[in-house]
Amino acid sequence: MTMATTIAKRLIRNRSSQILGTLNSTSPASRTFCSSTTPITATMFPGDGIGPEIAESVKQVFTTAGVPINWEEHYVSTEIDPRTQSFLTWESLESVRRNKVGLKGPMATPIGKGHRSLNLTLRKELNLYANVRPCYSLPGYKTRYDDVNLITIRENTEGEYSGLEHQVVRGVVESLKIITRQASLRVAEYAFHYAKTHGRERVSAIHKANIMQKTDGLFLKCCREVAEKYPEITYEEVVIDNCCMMLVKNPALFDVLVMPNLYGDIISDLCAGLVGGLGLTPSCNIGEDGVALAEAVHGSAPDIAGKNLANPTALLLSGVMMLRHLKLNEQAEQIHSAIINTIAEGKYRTADLGGTSTTTEFTKAICDHL
Amino acid sequence: MSRRSLTLLKNLTRNTNTSCNQTRSVTYMPRPGDGSPRAVTLIPGDGIGPLVTNAVEQVMEAMHAPIYFEKYDVHGEMSRVPAEVMESIRKNKVCLKGGLKTPVGGGVSSLNVQLRKELDLFASLVNCFNLPGLPTRHENVDIVVIRENTEGEYAGLEHEVVPGVVESLKVITKFCSERIAKYAFEYAYLNNRKKVTAVHKANIMKLADGLFLESCREVAKKYPGITYNEIIVDNCCMQLVAKPEQFDVMVTPNLYGNLVANTAAGIAGGTGVMPGGNVGADHAVFEQGASAGNVGKDKIVRENKANPVALLLSSAMMLRHLQFPSFADRLETAVKRVISEGKCRTKDLGGQSTTQQVVDAVIANLE
Repeated sequence: MTMATTIAKRLIRNRSSQILGTLNSTSPASRTFCSSTTPITATMFPGDGIGPEIAESVKQVFTTAGVPINWEEHYVSTEIDPRTQSFLTWESLESVRRNKVGLKGPMATPIGKGHRSLNLTLRKELNLYANVRPCYSLPGYKTRYDDVNLITIRENTEGEYSGLEHQVVRGVVESLKIITRQASLRVAEYAFHYAKTHGRERVSAIHKANIMQKTDGLFLKCCREVAEKYPEITYEEVVIDNCCMMLVKNPALFDVLVMPNLYGDIISDLCAGLVGGLGLTPSCNIGEDGVALAEAVHGSAPDIAGKNLANPTALLLSGVMMLRHLKLNEQAEQIHSAIINTIAEGKYRTADLGGTSTTTEFTKAICDHL
Repeated sequence: MSRRSLTLLKNLTRNTNTSCNQTRSVTYMPRPGDGSPRAVTLIPGDGIGPLVTNAVEQVMEAMHAPIYFEKYDVHGEMSRVPAEVMESIRKNKVCLKGGLKTPVGGGVSSLNVQLRKELDLFASLVNCFNLPGLPTRHENVDIVVIRENTEGEYAGLEHEVVPGVVESLKVITKFCSERIAKYAFEYAYLNNRKKVTAVHKANIMKLADGLFLESCREVAKKYPGITYNEIIVDNCCMQLVAKPEQFDVMVTPNLYGNLVANTAAGIAGGTGVMPGGNVGADHAVFEQGASAGNVGKDKIVRENKANPVALLLSSAMMLRHLQFPSFADRLETAVKRVISEGKCRTKDLGGQSTTQQVVDAVIANLE
């Protein structure tokens, strides 16, 4: 009974925000930002551990490239804010809502009860419905896979991670997986829109609808509906076990992947593993009303914090994603090439890539390449 | 009695001396009457199924293995597995099957899943290992994925709450988690495996996967000689792609097991070569290990280029299960020799041979 009311509440809230919202939520990137002369304010969460160092690195590179962004920094507080039920303050969330754009470093969730996890807070409060992770092989950093060039788009709000579990009787537990038409349509729209704006040719929907016929079947139906509106993009459906196998055998077969929550989690981490791990993977969360929060998905690495050894690549590439979302494509391309060239050259690499440079040396090399 | 066994041993050693390129260091002592032929239910299935099961039949003939097949026609579009097939499997206790095609999004529930639930085949086993002579991107892979086969996300309990909102129930019970954990540790113990890893997502699904982990931990305590650790499923997939040599035996609930098994099969050489099977307390069904591609594409069926290696290795596992270890050894050696020579390989392994050519090569290599 409570679950049905939660879903109903969510539907009503989203419906009302669609009606009252000033921005068209079906074209998420339709907000026109100011030209490159007037500065844009963006929120930055440096995070914990190595967070502040790599955030510094990002700021340096962006200033050298002449990116017109003013950073508003926010930190995780040490006490629980009652308005948000977590360690993130209301001000931080308001800042992201206002600026519509943010960059987040790694945050360590404090252990304990009585508060929501930081990622969950961000996701729920900002209504971040899609997680986008481009995975491409970095030239110059050799892994077993050289020809990876794909993007995983994962539905971020429902599915298996709804968190609705209960014990039926002793020893029997039920967990609910929820798929709604609205959320599936939303993420499918974003996936096709992304494919179109980035010149991608194929979108693959990953599912297990042969077993979970109604839930994944609904997801597929929504994807098919959206696919009809984009006839120039090839659309295909792949069962998840086939997908896993094809990814490890021949990742060049895939272009854009769109998936529900759980499969997305696993596949996006699998793809990150193909190109070199979470230390090199950028990621961006898209929310309603054109909110974009780019983040580095690796951990806060407390053991190397403060020692100038961290690799800022993930946060830098996430920053590039943020710039592309802001349509500052020129600077995004500049910074992106600089990063790729620095890593490809191989002279300056941090320890996790097998080199001996410090964070500052690596950052300086990137700035020199600009 | 001892004189008979002595003659038997003499015969076996004599055979060893004549085949000079293989020294047999193990002799199996059968019980009297073990050589009488056993019946095995055979379900050719859909797509490449009939091709590869035919391959097994041919090889079994050539080896004069003491089994005979009772063939039944089952197709994925049927709404239920026919009663006579179930009767046959219950009588014979062992079945070999090709893939059954499950229509996507249709009203028919998967026959593969139905079979497993009715016979209570609660453990699905896939052995993913590097075959010598087959080049892959990853080395030193030898992973056994043991997957809970009856509940979890594949419970099939779905309903539409209101139009546009669908719910699916994932059910985890202590009973099923315990027995799969017990099976995994028992397997590791009996096969001299050193590590069992439990794959889960208990940081998000705290109650469901938490219950699974609890059961695994309890069973782990009873096997102090086997190392036990836990890994979250997304990290697991990443590690599988980066460093697969760290995994040994993996025990997982239903859905994660599907993904992990297919990923492991993919890194170790592809689903065309990985053996596997489903086992329950009373019955066992052997089929191609990984579920991806077990029906195959139409093109492969038309050109007869399906890879029979997976089903051949699974039938070797079946022979051991039926307690014909010597035949199993011969079959496995022949198959591995064909792969390592590299002359006869089907398309998924990078060659151009047809199924029949591979079968002929295997039969030629049988001792």
